[in-house]
Amino acid sequence: MTSREQILSDVRKALGRTAGQAPAAQPKARIVIPTIAVEERVRLFQERLEVLGGKVHRAATYADAARVVGGLIEGTAVASNAAVLRYAGVTAMAGVSSGYGDEPSLRAACASAPFGITGADYGLAETGSIVTVGANEARLVSLLPPVHIALLSKSRMLTGLDEFYTLHPRPALASASTVFITGPSRSADIEMILVRGVHGPRVIHVIVVDEELI
Amino acid sequence: MSLIQIQQDEKIRSTVADSKIQRAVYSATARLKEKRSEVVSADALPEYQELRTQANLIKKHTLENLDFYLEEFEKNLTANGGKLIWARDGKEVADFILGLAKERGVKMLVKSKSMTTEEIHLNDHLEAHGIDPVETDLGEYIIQLAHDRPYHIVAPAVHMTRLDVADVLEKNLKVEREEEPEKQAMIARRTLREKFLAAGIGISGGNFLVADSGAVTIIENEGNARLTTSAPRIHIAVVGIEKMIPRAQDLAVFLKLLGRSGTGQLLTVYTSFLSGPRRAGDADGPDEFYVVLMDNGRTRLLADSEKRQSLYCIRCGACLNACPVYRKIGGHNYPGAYSGPIGAIITPQYHGIKENPWLPFASSLCGACAEVCPVKIDIPKILLELRKEVVESRAADSDSFAERKAFQMYAWMMRKPKLYALAGKIGSKLAGLPGLTSFGPAAKWARTREVPRPAAKSFRDEWRDRKKGGR
Repeated sequence: MTSREQILSDVRKALGRTAGQAPAAQPKARIVIPTIAVEERVRLFQERLEVLGGKVHRAATYADAARVVGGLIEGTAVASNAAVLRYAGVTAMAGVSSGYGDEPSLRAACASAPFGITGADYGLAETGSIVTVGANEARLVSLLPPVHIALLSKSRMLTGLDEFYTLHPRPALASASTVFITGPSRSADIEMILVRGVHGPRVIHVIVVDEELI
Repeated sequence: MSLIQIQQDEKIRSTVADSKIQRAVYSATARLKEKRSEVVSADALPEYQELRTQANLIKKHTLENLDFYLEEFEKNLTANGGKLIWARDGKEVADFILGLAKERGVKMLVKSKSMTTEEIHLNDHLEAHGIDPVETDLGEYIIQLAHDRPYHIVAPAVHMTRLDVADVLEKNLKVEREEEPEKQAMIARRTLREKFLAAGIGISGGNFLVADSGAVTIIENEGNARLTTSAPRIHIAVVGIEKMIPRAQDLAVFLKLLGRSGTGQLLTVYTSFLSGPRRAGDADGPDEFYVVLMDNGRTRLLADSEKRQSLYCIRCGACLNACPVYRKIGGHNYPGAYSGPIGAIITPQYHGIKENPWLPFASSLCGACAEVCPVKIDIPKILLELRKEVVESRAADSDSFAERKAFQMYAWMMRKPKLYALAGKIGSKLAGLPGLTSFGPAAKWARTREVPRPAAKSFRDEWRDRKKGGR
């Protein structure tokens, strides 16, 4: 008997079930989406993220957002392939590199750049989180550089987890990797003392942009 | 009493006498408790009880139909390009990883925090075969360098001070001594960054297996789990079969409970939902993605519909922080990887009750663990069940003969009121004598307890007098 057969057979024996038997009716999923006006969501998002040591900026247009980015970065930065960064003009800025076609060069760039710039597919107001879904967001851009800057469209600011899982009931359909980022990397493993930037970025800036994405 | 029990007793006494450890564990658990209370209060989270009920319901349903969800998970993971490995025990997990490492020529691998791999001593297996596993969670890394073992499910190095950490880093990494946690963390960041980028395999655990998506969900704060699952070419997630949930949408319930119950966070810093290897067009991510589904004693728990709830656990650690026994005896006096109340119920069930018969008794049954459990596991009830099993299994043993006789005598006497009253009188006189608890079994009992002084007048006498006085 293979391990697969053994485990499945042990499970069925313990539960008194037979192979191919349909499951009992599933409990209904609990999804409750509160009503929160967009501006209030942005305010809540800012409050929650700043408690964690993150920084929230506002910009009317993507061009304004690029100017905010320009004010934050010094030296080099690596940008993800998010379309919004090209649209905003971030990828054309001095010192910003992007569009890496092969993984080794992307890795090398992320390992040395002091700034990583990404888009964010959604914001979650209730927790101060940003969400990245989709292929254009290289994982290492929001992970290796010590400072992470993300551009988030105000229209993508959701109330929270429940709303996200309504829009993406099966996130695996869109991407192999969906990540919620809630503040800068942190640890309290030594004497419960808070330390930021243990493995991921120690600083996170989120620029919330009013301009609607086309 | 077995030799192991005597050694355990010595160990517990030395922990209780160690003021440094007592202070460290007490203050850390107090802080975690306080942070949890703040974020689950009726003001902060009015739907808290409803979420707990729903989480309990989902876990119950999933385990009652587990074979169906295991197969569904397998089907969806495979469709995503991932591979499922079934492992009956720790040896099968280690054999798979060793085989793959050998085939791919991997000598060093990185690991993110996983209690499941602690449970099966995976690192020992790998090291014995010339593979170097590097723990990357800050606390786990320190523990690994110190050749120690985790003290707490979510805070593995909670028993060490920054000075202990300074010693460990200085000695093992040959770096200049640093006593500030911030600088110590930066030493770990620098050292481990190189490991992440050089490792051929990344091994993670998994907080949830999502059947409808074939996905593994991992929560963490440092970013080491994201690095472990993103940087190396191969990602292997080792997860117990009980971590299954039916739908991604159920995460809306579980994620709200897990961070809050564990560390008082609304969400941990990173929540990764990983459903397979990198896809065409992905800029990065692993080329190969394996999920190792491990049994290791879990199917044994499934048969009993009451004790089955032990498998609902989402490893938040809240019951440890709430437990007066854990806070006193610490994490290293529990056998196996899991400490505290949850350890006291799952360890004997995974490995058999005979191995650690004292474990279900390491509780005051105060109920604090059940009160804070986010998935509503009735831990005290299961402890009582297990106590019953221990007593029954020992009933035939010769060393419990005296105890059995004593209880039989007590039962006999309880049915004879006059005799009981007389024995009570004699007993209360005797108990007042100071020498009585200095030797024999009573001495052992009294070592860590105050012997209560019997009242001058027994309850029975008081009752009778009051009735006579018309009160």
